[in-house]
Amino acid sequence: MLNEANLFFIFLSAFLINNILLIRFLGLCSFIGISTNVKSSIGMGIAVVFVTVMACSLSWVVYNFLLVPFGLEYLRTTTFILTIASFVQFEEMIIRKKLPTLYRAFGIYLPLITTNCAILASAFLGIDYKLSFIQNIFFSLGISSGYCFVIIIFATIREEIEIAPIPENFKGIPIAFILAALMSLAFLGFKGLFKL
Amino acid sequence: MENKKLFDFKVFLNGIWKENPILFIMLGLCPVLAVSGAVRDALGMGIAVIFVLTGSNFVISLIRKIVPNHVRIPVFIVVIATFVTITDYILAAYSPQIHKNLGVYLPLIVVNCIILGRAEGFASKNNVINSILDGLGMGIGFTLIIFIISLIREILGNGTFFGINILGTNFNPFLIMIMPPGAFFVIGFLIALKQKIEKGRKKC
Repeated sequence: MLNEANLFFIFLSAFLINNILLIRFLGLCSFIGISTNVKSSIGMGIAVVFVTVMACSLSWVVYNFLLVPFGLEYLRTTTFILTIASFVQFEEMIIRKKLPTLYRAFGIYLPLITTNCAILASAFLGIDYKLSFIQNIFFSLGISSGYCFVIIIFATIREEIEIAPIPENFKGIPIAFILAALMSLAFLGFKGLFKL
Repeated sequence: MENKKLFDFKVFLNGIWKENPILFIMLGLCPVLAVSGAVRDALGMGIAVIFVLTGSNFVISLIRKIVPNHVRIPVFIVVIATFVTITDYILAAYSPQIHKNLGVYLPLIVVNCIILGRAEGFASKNNVINSILDGLGMGIGFTLIIFIISLIREILGNGTFFGINILGTNFNPFLIMIMPPGAFFVIGFLIALKQKIEKGRKKC
């Protein structure tokens, strides 16, 4: 089980083997929408890493110290989404005030992140796998860096494919999905790395 | 765009083709790709989405005049999360197998962009009957696409339909279709097909 593996394997499993975009299909809306441009993909990727790690730790604490002691596990969905949404709002305010340069670079991606299912999913999955707090941090770091890694590679390929001669009907979104399929095929190869 | 009519059947039909959530607006792709490996799970997901979408559209259009404008998004999210929790527990009680197969994708309906998109774009501006029709139409449009994708994937990848073998024992399944890359291939080809149909229509 995942909660008995060591931290490095937890990270690697979330990063490559169960890649959030290509194997688990989460966060696809932003993936297809933003990856037309390398620069904004890098911005989005880094913002996702930052928010996921913070939001997952926060929701882990909320779940284990607030919901479990009072027997309120059924409120999980509602509390997590509210925790994440308010955290993103809060963070946006702080960054705008204290780090204006960073805000100019990543600020516009922050509101988009609230509805990014990758973040809520990593909060749920950490709870479902019964991870400890430290394991949860590594797990969410793995998931979000997997997202960041794939979206940057994908954006690079998509910029190239813009000038390639592809069939008329496949232009735009369809070819992006075919590309994602090929990348997902490549990522399936990591499955043999180790068993979890 | 506020619809003045009390009851407009066009709203219902819009969701099925003209504004189909998957093919045209490209929202809520995650569950479509993730749970379309088998027809039964896909239909379970479709029904869950229809229920949540119709229910949240109904409640949101009821309260649309009381909710202050600047806190509307958190209010919508709470309404949606409530319906998702109800669906989650009903499915767990009545069909535990489907609940297990859908796994984490069921609670994730709450961040599915279609639902918040329809709440914000339609239900918060239109009357109750039209909002219910819109929720039903969009939900059925979603279910139709997830059904088609899962049909293609299950028949080609497993040789079965609803778990019943239909292609005989000599058929050698394309294993790739039920694995993650197959989902991306199928949706890629479907959207290409839609672009072809749309182009053909414009020429006429």
